[in-house]
Amino acid sequence: MEAKEIIALKNLHKHYYVGDETIKALTSIDLTVNSGEFLAIMGASGSGKSTLLNILGCLDLPTEGDYFLDSVNVKTMNKNQLATIRNQKLGFVFQSYNLLPRTTALENVELPLLYNPKVSNAERRERAEHALTAVGLKDRMKHLSNQMSGGQQQRVAIARSIVNNPVVIFADEATGNLDTKTSYEIMALFQELNDKGMTVCFVTHEPDIAEFTSRNVLFRDGRLMKDLKVQDRKSALYALSQVKEETFDEL
Amino acid sequence: MKILNLLKIAIAAIRRNKMRSFLTMLGIVIGVAAVIAMLAIGYGSNESIRSTISSMGTNLINVMPASQNRGGVHMGRSSSPTLVVDDVTYLQEHSTMIDAVSPEVDGSGQIVYGSNNWPTQIYSGNTDYPYIKKYEIASGRMYTEKEIKTNAKVCVVGQTVIDNIFEEDEDPIGKSIRFNNIPFKIIGTLKEKGDNTFGQDQDDMILAPYTTVMKRLFRQTYLRAIVVSAKSEDEITATSEEITTLLRESHRLGDSEDDDFEIRTQEELISNFGSISEMMLVLLGSIAAISLLVGGIGIMNIMYVSVTERTREIGLRMAIGGKGRDILRQFLLEALLLSIMGGIIGVGVGILASNIVENVLGWPVLITSHSIILSFVFCTFIGVFFGWYPARKAASLNPIEALRHE
Ligand SMILES: Nc1ncnc2c1ncn2[C@@H]1O[C@H](COP(=O)(O)OP(=O)(O)O)[C@@H](O)[C@H]1O
Ligand SMILES: [Mg+2]
Repeated sequence: MEAKEIIALKNLHKHYYVGDETIKALTSIDLTVNSGEFLAIMGASGSGKSTLLNILGCLDLPTEGDYFLDSVNVKTMNKNQLATIRNQKLGFVFQSYNLLPRTTALENVELPLLYNPKVSNAERRERAEHALTAVGLKDRMKHLSNQMSGGQQQRVAIARSIVNNPVVIFADEATGNLDTKTSYEIMALFQELNDKGMTVCFVTHEPDIAEFTSRNVLFRDGRLMKDLKVQDRKSALYALSQVKEETFDEL
Repeated sequence: MKILNLLKIAIAAIRRNKMRSFLTMLGIVIGVAAVIAMLAIGYGSNESIRSTISSMGTNLINVMPASQNRGGVHMGRSSSPTLVVDDVTYLQEHSTMIDAVSPEVDGSGQIVYGSNNWPTQIYSGNTDYPYIKKYEIASGRMYTEKEIKTNAKVCVVGQTVIDNIFEEDEDPIGKSIRFNNIPFKIIGTLKEKGDNTFGQDQDDMILAPYTTVMKRLFRQTYLRAIVVSAKSEDEITATSEEITTLLRESHRLGDSEDDDFEIRTQEELISNFGSISEMMLVLLGSIAAISLLVGGIGIMNIMYVSVTERTREIGLRMAIGGKGRDILRQFLLEALLLSIMGGIIGVGVGILASNIVENVLGWPVLITSHSIILSFVFCTFIGVFFGWYPARKAASLNPIEALRHE
């Protein structure tokens, strides 16, 4: 598959203004991401990872510099156009899942498609079922989100992020609330999606999680410090098999 | 965004929080139920007063002796006998407008039949009198012209009188009763009219020729009133004016002299009572409207809380592609649906409450389509009006901050 440049940041800055103080959250970032990459955005707390991901996810705009998404400069787009891009081209996974409570897995996954007028009722249902099957929740479609375990909830959230066939998925500390074993399960799922060609940008401050990705970029104080290709990506499935069960199985 | 999807989202959000949705609706339910019930009571009493008044006669015009103040002392009506049978004759001969006219003489007394006795009222007039006052025969017959001419001691009796002096299966017709010691032969019975709005039993009476009552019973030459029926409702005013002119002629009143009689029309009575119950309607209506308003403020209040509580949900919806206007419409629609559902339930509760008022308290009620439509319009308005600000607040949230909200 021909690798296509889907994200390009050119001398990007992001400043926050609090009172008369200027916080330089991102300084002079140049970064390109090609399709099919599994990128880990790393750094200590406060280094600017979330700020970057919000800009990449078109939830926020850079103070300075350009961001080309799929060769389109996001600066030229208005709020509603950005919303449409998020709806049709991007997927989001959050640390705290952000599922609608007292709502079935299926309805949660259908949600992004409800905001897309081009998708019919039948197609929406079919695609949501397909996405839930892909994350291994075929048997739990009608379960309520608040009656699921953390790992299952994050799987629902991942299904929701892929239901619109996005060009790229953005995940911010997606394993931050999960125990080691469940984190590995989620990483295995991301690896599986990545193997099928999905581009993933994954924010984490845990180095052992970053080992499951194919490229690590390291931030410090809003600057991009290191950009490393991971030579032999660790298999999360293998890591999972190595986890010793000290406590009882989560069932 | 498709309206159907929007509806789906709003309904799902309402169902997700059944208890809160119910509490939000409660204010509207109570408000609408109050409006429906209050208006039903208001319209009901209005209607019953109207029907009582129109059951008093056919396009009725009452002519009574003027009440006079002499030397500062208010003399009762009976003390100014100005109306006589000749006035009736004069009206019959000269009027072009009246439909029917009759003298009216009444008085109270004691009926005795065997060992039973009963205090009641006697009314009397000519052969047009039953028509003008809407008395109908249930069995037997009315008195005739001949009986009037001969001062015949015959009478027609009302149901309450029958119930009180006769045995259950006794036929009153042909029986002889005494009214203030004068014997009367019963020739007919009156159809029941029931109680009027003012609580008077309209069947507690007997009816007799005026000649008999005037000459044999009360030995009087003056009338309590002259009753007239106009040809139609529209002609009541013109007919009253003609009566005034004719009676002034008949009484030979000079230009400077005041009328020695008074004219009261049914219209006047209706409009008098009409304005009373209109006042009541406004009062009841405003109480109900205030409770609706409070319900609306309740919606706004809970929607505001809901927006704060659901900040992360709103952030998520925006992150996955919900536009500001989608969020605005969702919250607006939620408020609207809640108030309309509250309205539907409220109409049901209001109808139920009106029925309870009617059956338990015995008050007359009237539910009009107009009051139902009114409350619906009001509900919709409240939903949009009070839903607008919370919805705008939701739509103006910044998705990043909303997602970070704890
Ligand atoms: N909305 C904001 N207003 C002001 N400062 C902010 C805001 N968001 C982030 N920051 C600041 O920007 C810097 C980077 O934050 P963030 O991107 O959240 O870091 P990370 O996700 O790597 O922990 C921090 O110093 C943080 O305090
Ligand atoms: Mg962060």
